[in-house]
Amino acid sequence: MRVDWTGCRAATLAVIVALGITAAGSITGQPALAQKLAIGVAAPVTSIDPHYHTLSPNQSMASQIFNRLVDMDPTAHPVPSLAESWKLVDDHTWEFKLRSAKFHDGSDFTAEDVAFTLARVPRVLNSPGSYSIYTKAVTGVQIVDPHTIRLSTAGVYPLLPIDLTQVAIISHGIGPDPKTEDFNSGKNAIGTGPFKLVAFKPGDRTELKRNDSYWGPKPAWSDVDYRVISNDAARTAALLSGDVDFIDAVPTSDLGKLRTNPKVTIADIVSLRLIFLWLDHQHADGLADVSGPNGEKLDRNPLRDLRVRRALSMAINRPAITERVMEDTAIPSGQFLPHGSYSYVPDLAAPRFDAAKAKELLAAAGYPNGFRITLHGPNDRYVNDAKIIQAVGQMWTRIGVQTTVEAQPWTSYIGRAGKQEFGAFLLGWGTSTGEASNPLRALIATYNAQKGLGTVNRGRYSNPAVDSVIEQAVVTADDKAREKLLQQATRMAMEDVAIVPLHQQKNIWAMRKGLTYAARADEENRVFDIKPVK
Amino acid sequence: MTTWLLRRLIQALFVVLAMTVIVFLGVNVIGNPIDILISPDADQAERARAIAALGLDKPLWQQYLIFLRGALLGDLGRSFVFNEPALQLIAGRMPATMELAVTAVLLSVFVGIPLGLYAGLHPDGIVGRATMAGSILGFSLPSFWVGLMLIMVFAVQLGWLPSTGRGQTAELFGIQWSFLTRDGLAHMAMPAFNLALGSIALVLRLTRAGVRENLPMDYVKFARAKGLSPNRVVFVHVMKNILIPVVTVLGLQFGGLIAFSVVTESVFAWPGMGKLIIDSINVLDRPVIVAYLMMIVFLFVFINLLVDLLYTVLDPRVRLDSSQ
Repeated sequence: MRVDWTGCRAATLAVIVALGITAAGSITGQPALAQKLAIGVAAPVTSIDPHYHTLSPNQSMASQIFNRLVDMDPTAHPVPSLAESWKLVDDHTWEFKLRSAKFHDGSDFTAEDVAFTLARVPRVLNSPGSYSIYTKAVTGVQIVDPHTIRLSTAGVYPLLPIDLTQVAIISHGIGPDPKTEDFNSGKNAIGTGPFKLVAFKPGDRTELKRNDSYWGPKPAWSDVDYRVISNDAARTAALLSGDVDFIDAVPTSDLGKLRTNPKVTIADIVSLRLIFLWLDHQHADGLADVSGPNGEKLDRNPLRDLRVRRALSMAINRPAITERVMEDTAIPSGQFLPHGSYSYVPDLAAPRFDAAKAKELLAAAGYPNGFRITLHGPNDRYVNDAKIIQAVGQMWTRIGVQTTVEAQPWTSYIGRAGKQEFGAFLLGWGTSTGEASNPLRALIATYNAQKGLGTVNRGRYSNPAVDSVIEQAVVTADDKAREKLLQQATRMAMEDVAIVPLHQQKNIWAMRKGLTYAARADEENRVFDIKPVK
Repeated sequence: MTTWLLRRLIQALFVVLAMTVIVFLGVNVIGNPIDILISPDADQAERARAIAALGLDKPLWQQYLIFLRGALLGDLGRSFVFNEPALQLIAGRMPATMELAVTAVLLSVFVGIPLGLYAGLHPDGIVGRATMAGSILGFSLPSFWVGLMLIMVFAVQLGWLPSTGRGQTAELFGIQWSFLTRDGLAHMAMPAFNLALGSIALVLRLTRAGVRENLPMDYVKFARAKGLSPNRVVFVHVMKNILIPVVTVLGLQFGGLIAFSVVTESVFAWPGMGKLIIDSINVLDRPVIVAYLMMIVFLFVFINLLVDLLYTVLDPRVRLDSSQ
């Protein structure tokens, strides 16, 4: 059986819009069951082991059961969690003061558990994506007393507290080298978090119950049913029928109707995820994806000319994309982070749409008749991804750059994107750290395997001037001075059109009336933050 | 009989072997699982470590030989995503799919055959015609659409049935089943019906056609002339003759219902094998894809065996000897 998933999805959503939401009869605030909560999430949790796979649904689940030393607030600023405070005692030593907390099995949380966790993270077997990327900066661990721990790093490493927001603390009482299976079965799923694991049923649901000895405020829910409902239309229907109280990843096409439904509340926030285009910076002698206006081979790569890159960026009408394609679930962007983040550049706005100026720039660069290009993108990864590249393709064609659009499934797309096969292609970047050094190091810095820089620099952008500012920033301990450098590097990269930023997505949750949620920029579902309206 | 069985099994083994080669090559052509699984924050060193941890650093033919050696020892590899043995993972999801598929087949038999008989015996009646017209909808409407309509009507508007999920389960033979609890049955109603819809229509039409074809035949006339009751003529003699195509189709349908319940399972968030395989394909979880397809091949072979054996029961003229 061949199933056209894209068509499927579009049609199913149409059904919902056409029929379902007018109904919406049965969501009623069922007051008697106030302490039970059922939520429906789009992406399946694959393991309860918080160190097995760096996967955001698993991170979400870990947040219910475990705590980290440092946590992120909803707008991605580091805040105390199991560590009450932290400071640099010298250039390469961080000291963390730990709070009193109890694990689910009643044992006390101490510095021993932190040391145990840091030692365990790189030793997880068969991990397809290890959390050691967040702990590898730690070169030494020194337990000062049960509530003080010092972590040393090889050089100055100001980002350690932010890296540790990804690392869930497990109990050293579960014994050396705990197995992933034993987390899934519940045996090792012993954290300090607001909920205890009752049962994990992969692909179906996870059952949680309240941790009554939680160190923070008491969670509002005694029992939580955390269900996976991947199908967009079915997830919306589950909310409307009252089967679940809360859903994540609300599809854009259902959003308008849900907003006007008096029985539903929406929570949204501009996310840390930037959708952008890569242009090829590597192939100086031209590449297969780009040819002359009549299809003739070009002997140089027009995308390496700054004027061409600026023209292509300027030709895109970003507000039109966010309003019409994204239905206001995104905002135009000219940099990596949303307003209010650390190292956001205040006066770096989204590039202004100016088709006439774009044509002038193309002519000045020696392409008065434009050229031909293929724009690639996934069709099942980001919200409306295939529609976005279609829109961009039309806008480029209007300034004389005849664009062929090619969308394909993520599984085959991402491998090709990493091999520098494409001339122009769409990707997204979620800045997990909430500050600009993360995208600057991964996307903008020159590809360098020894230094671990430019890891996903898929357009192979390389600018030594930007590199030196980035490398200086990441070893600057002073927060203010580092922010200045990060802003400077961001500005340099964006003015050089290293990437073509399009928009920042919004994260959207929907819940029955009577609930509130502190919408999070990092896409996590935190059951603890779903609360009844007082 | 024994030679026939042996020959069938050897055939099956070759099919399985060919299939594993195709899947290995296919997954490799689509892409590299590491590209999909690894965190975007990972650096080049971590990427190399993860590739080695999953055994993807070796040449493909070596990976295949390692897989074959494991398979001979009954180990089909561990899922990249779940870090569990692939076979165990599939076996864990199997009961949910099985109970759905069995219910769907039962529905096809107990709804499809009686309706087909009625439509065949009263071809000009209003009910007979309406049944036939309705059956066209049964196999022509796309099942994801029907599924969503069911949810909209019975869960959202009427609120009679839960919209998605498997509901409460109870244990039998050490396995969790939904059909043993009231809540589980309520959760099962819509997905089972949705899955069965196409088969019901198919069985109904086959039965009707069989009845229309058999009624004018000499043996029916003879039976009537002999003075047999109309019920005996229809339910014993005609029935025996129309059941052969019905059983063939049901056998194939049953395999199909198990192997390709993907759409129904995703619409109803039913945690079965179909859901697992589509999720696995999306992240190129090769061990699960290979193990699943191997199992499906065996399943089809087994069902075909059963169907062939049933023929001999239904029609004594059919022999399983290889000489024929």
